[in-house]
Amino acid sequence: MVDRWLIAFYIYVVVNIAVIVLAVIKAKMTRKISERTAFVFLGLATALAVLPVLFIIVYTIINGAGAISWSFLTQAPSQAGKAGGILPVIIGTFYLMLGTLVFALPIGVMAGIYLTEYARDNWLTRLINMAIMNLAGVPSIVFGLFGLSVFVLAFHFGLSLLAASLTLASQALAMVITTSREAILAVPREYREGSLAIGVTKWQTVRHIVLPQALPGIITGAVLAISRAAGETAPILVTGAAFLVPRLPGSPLDQFMALPYHLYTVSSNVPGMSKTTMWGVALVLLVVVLSFDVLAAVIRFRSRQRI
Amino acid sequence: MLKPEISSVIAASNTKDSLRRRLRLGERFIESWIFLAGLFAIIILVGIIAILIKEGLPIFTYSSPWQFLFGTKWYPTSEPPTFGILPFFLSTLMITLIATAAAVPIGVGCAAYLAELAPPRIRETVKPIIELLAGVPSVMMGFIGLMLLSPLVRSIFHLNTGLCGLTAAIMLSLMSLPIIVSVSEDALHAVPKEFKEASYALGATKWETIRHVCIPAALSGIGAAIMLGVGRAIGETMTVLMVAGGALAVPLSPTDPMTTMTSAIASGIGNAVRGGLQYQALFAIGLILFIMTLAVNLIADKVLERQKRKFAR
Repeated sequence: MVDRWLIAFYIYVVVNIAVIVLAVIKAKMTRKISERTAFVFLGLATALAVLPVLFIIVYTIINGAGAISWSFLTQAPSQAGKAGGILPVIIGTFYLMLGTLVFALPIGVMAGIYLTEYARDNWLTRLINMAIMNLAGVPSIVFGLFGLSVFVLAFHFGLSLLAASLTLASQALAMVITTSREAILAVPREYREGSLAIGVTKWQTVRHIVLPQALPGIITGAVLAISRAAGETAPILVTGAAFLVPRLPGSPLDQFMALPYHLYTVSSNVPGMSKTTMWGVALVLLVVVLSFDVLAAVIRFRSRQRI
Repeated sequence: MLKPEISSVIAASNTKDSLRRRLRLGERFIESWIFLAGLFAIIILVGIIAILIKEGLPIFTYSSPWQFLFGTKWYPTSEPPTFGILPFFLSTLMITLIATAAAVPIGVGCAAYLAELAPPRIRETVKPIIELLAGVPSVMMGFIGLMLLSPLVRSIFHLNTGLCGLTAAIMLSLMSLPIIVSVSEDALHAVPKEFKEASYALGATKWETIRHVCIPAALSGIGAAIMLGVGRAIGETMTVLMVAGGALAVPLSPTDPMTTMTSAIASGIGNAVRGGLQYQALFAIGLILFIMTLAVNLIADKVLERQKRKFAR
């Protein structure tokens, strides 16, 4: 009698343990399974973020390579861009990059120096930082409206290379300031103190000690900024880019052709355009913009190695 | 930092007074230029606001703000012209919503993978590629949308044209990915190691730690990342101009051709008479656009600052 109860009790305990163990194993299994599924999804998300850009680059190279020839790169366009090459378009874009650099770099670097070396932590500095942050988020077409109203009309520069460069420089300014500020901040404090301790004035310290140390970072920012400027379309659309200009801009007050605007026009506004030409223009634009991005990355990498 | 007095004492002891004064004067001159350059960001931002207000506000003497914001008819050249921007506003809203809805899971998933799971080698390859995506010009994305995506969208949804809001939204989701990934990844990185270790010590798996510890702790940063992505999508011009279709009616479905606020400005400004009614109306759209992106950016900035303070050590 007692034995039977005891056996029943044992069975009860064993069954209970088994149930618990099984439940634990099962829970472990489902946790493992859910972890696996989750990780597959995270990997999938990463692939979805990475693959399109690789696809775009490779596809553009494959399709655009057919259009690239010596005459395509060295001749002016004819027959509304359907024949001939895109030399003035490429040169126009380089002028724009140069113009942007000339206006944005000195002001941007000086603003970076002000914010790191001179500015105190007061309302003005906070206001400047807020302005920089917000400038970076202003839509490019709004910069276009600004440039049209200020540089084209109020300053009487007309639709011109100068007006477009100034517009792009206004847009690039936030980026140049931010990157030079980061670069200057990264210069160790001891360098400045050592220089000040031997009686060198503040500006000389900045000029001869801080700036040379910060130079790679500043250059990286400048290169990135002009790479952006080379790809911008909306601001130059309203401040002076033209589809067909018979000759190269002879003065900063001339209208000009530029790669992004040319790509927009040949793909959207010219009927009967050959696809090869479109892909060719796209490839040249992509190469110009991305090669400057890569250049910036190389400078950053090498300066990091040096330190 | 050394007090300037000390350096001037040293300078006085080994240079002549006049030379020192000349140096000082030159230095003052340069420093005043530096101060002026420091103000430039404010000058440009205030300039943008002033221009938009000066050129844009006069439209409201012709058309009441109510008519302007909620009017559904944009006929700038008919007689008399009517300016209602509701179709543009709704198109911007619809395209931004779809683009963000598509970009957020992918972007945050990618950020979580990069921050918590990826081996260093994959991390170091994936991050530059995503930076490369950020560098692809918007006109290029428009071109790809035009050539590759729009025929696809057209055949899948059996549309008359593949140039529609959906095509634009897909391209925009791709374009807002880089900022979402990089800002969310920074936020996930900022989560203190102790949080994760405590979670592992309780027997949680890696996924459970990511899901219930890391992501909630980084939530405000991820929120800011999403806001910045939204700002990007609202302000994007060329892609939308090229692939959204350009119809002026109120959009009823994502597969309708659309004109957003940005593309309305870009396509109209070339034909607008300077100082005329259409010109003013386009600047007024610019003003509204500016206020929208400003609000989005300010919120993102505030949220990021709070996140930074939360884990400040």
